[in-house]
Amino acid sequence: MMVALDFIVAEAALLDSGRFDDWLALFAADGHYWVPLLGAAQVDPLSHQSIAFDDRLLLQLRIDRLKNPRAHSQHPKSHCQHVLQRSVVESNDPATGEVTLRTPFIYIEARGDDQVLLAGTCRHRLTRGPDGLLIRQKRIDLLNPQRALPAIQLFI
Amino acid sequence: MNSYRNRPEAIQALVQEDRVHRDLYLSDELFALEQERLFANTWLYVGHTSQVPNPGDYWSLELAGRPVMMVRQADGVVRVLYNRCAHKGSRLVSDESGNTGKFFRCPYHAWTYRLDGAPLALPLKAAYADTRLTECESGRGLVPLAQVEIYREFVFARISGTGPDFKTYFGEVLGAIDNMVDRSPEGRLTVGGGVLRNVMQCNWKMYLENINDTVHPMSTHESATRAAADLWQGHAADEPKPMAMEQMLPFGAGYDFFDKMGGRVFANGHSVLGVHFSIHSNYAQLPEYEAALRAAHGEQRAADILQRSPQNSVFFPSLSVKGSPQAIRVIRPLAADRTLIEAWSFRAAGAPDLLFERAMSYNRLVFSPMSVLAHDDVHLFESMQRGLRADGNEWVSLHRNFDPSELAHPTLTTNGTNELLMRNQFRAWAKYMALTDVAPV
Repeated sequence: MMVALDFIVAEAALLDSGRFDDWLALFAADGHYWVPLLGAAQVDPLSHQSIAFDDRLLLQLRIDRLKNPRAHSQHPKSHCQHVLQRSVVESNDPATGEVTLRTPFIYIEARGDDQVLLAGTCRHRLTRGPDGLLIRQKRIDLLNPQRALPAIQLFI
Repeated sequence: MNSYRNRPEAIQALVQEDRVHRDLYLSDELFALEQERLFANTWLYVGHTSQVPNPGDYWSLELAGRPVMMVRQADGVVRVLYNRCAHKGSRLVSDESGNTGKFFRCPYHAWTYRLDGAPLALPLKAAYADTRLTECESGRGLVPLAQVEIYREFVFARISGTGPDFKTYFGEVLGAIDNMVDRSPEGRLTVGGGVLRNVMQCNWKMYLENINDTVHPMSTHESATRAAADLWQGHAADEPKPMAMEQMLPFGAGYDFFDKMGGRVFANGHSVLGVHFSIHSNYAQLPEYEAALRAAHGEQRAADILQRSPQNSVFFPSLSVKGSPQAIRVIRPLAADRTLIEAWSFRAAGAPDLLFERAMSYNRLVFSPMSVLAHDDVHLFESMQRGLRADGNEWVSLHRNFDPSELAHPTLTTNGTNELLMRNQFRAWAKYMALTDVAPV
């Protein structure tokens, strides 16, 4: 299980160091990144709105956009910091190789003189790929997702 | 900074025929006057009746700085009341939505009111017997908004008791709501999936102008549309696209596309952008849904409804409507330099789930706090809010395609890149900022 715990820490570290292509490579082909608008109470991504619900194609698009010098909102650039609590393994199915974990976090996104502070719980559904673990779903349940939010430009 | 309160001529001088003064965006005093005059004398969007489906349901919000609530009555009617106890001013409800049962009860001193706001009971009633409570405002219960109109389940209110009636105020632009509702084979919409809320450090008028700005997508959204185009490169033009691609790629259409889509302005600041076509015109067709619409409305009317997909229809000053995808934006000004934008998605009764998914997907891609596209818009609004403080030029240019003859025509169809759609908003702004009195209820 240490492998899965280390995976979560390494995943956040890739985001915090701006290595978005390496981060995307952690997602399985059918992987999704999901920030439900109802937070932990939300059942699925289609019956209710989400703040973000991205497949790999859309994640790739976001990452490619960030690389364009004409991504105007990245002047100045955004930087992020994930502060993670130790992950708890919620399930571990040796038959399928699927592991689910929950990780409470604080997320700070800074840009120029401003910063956004968010808290919540991250839920990873990991699967085994040929070279190690891959993300089937990274779900972020924010503490107060329905409040009016400023722009969140990177990845929680 | 100038003082405008007692100088109506100074306010009028801020809106010239082809440009506006920066104080419209920067002045705290003008924002306070907007709350008193512009927003009090115009019809503002409150909500949709499907937000309060059952008797006793309420939905609370702030309308131009005033606490109000929509309340479903026992007889099914939706009323709009101020959310303020008649006694000392506490709000009756502090959750955004809920069900109050058969009456409201103030948590402070237990004064109670019927769902229509009429006073019901209060403790120590005998102590008021010889007072003038019943003769004054505090004895009359909850105050209703002066004017309320429910148009095809869209609820609007006006704070002032006088001014043009609802249909005169909005006129032809109401067709945009008709189109949105008529896209339901059963003629009924419900809000679905909650509301995305985005707060930005800019004046509300920058956001409202941008809804009619057809020249910004090519430069403002270049990073997103370039990334989308590159990712989709190599696919045949007629290959079905993932929904996100279908919705994002048209943003990269050129100046000519946006010019030819056309725009139409109406009295009081309203407009329809994309009278001929828009970035929403080429979504994949849904044969079964279209057959259901033909069965409901007949061949010709169904065709008319479906071929009409404007980019944005602005109900000045608080609402922007898209018929397809079925989505609206509500503009809630908070301060001279702070604006809240709400994005709501609708479900059309009798239409396939895919239509609702389109509405949610579009709102998520374009209007969410984690939008793919809006970060560049918001960055530029906030950038203008700071840039306008520069010396040497106190004016914002709205010269594109200005023609003095437009001043004589309140209703006009024009090319899509004409800044007339923005000039028209500012002319309405000046008109309603000239009204110094808010008539009593």
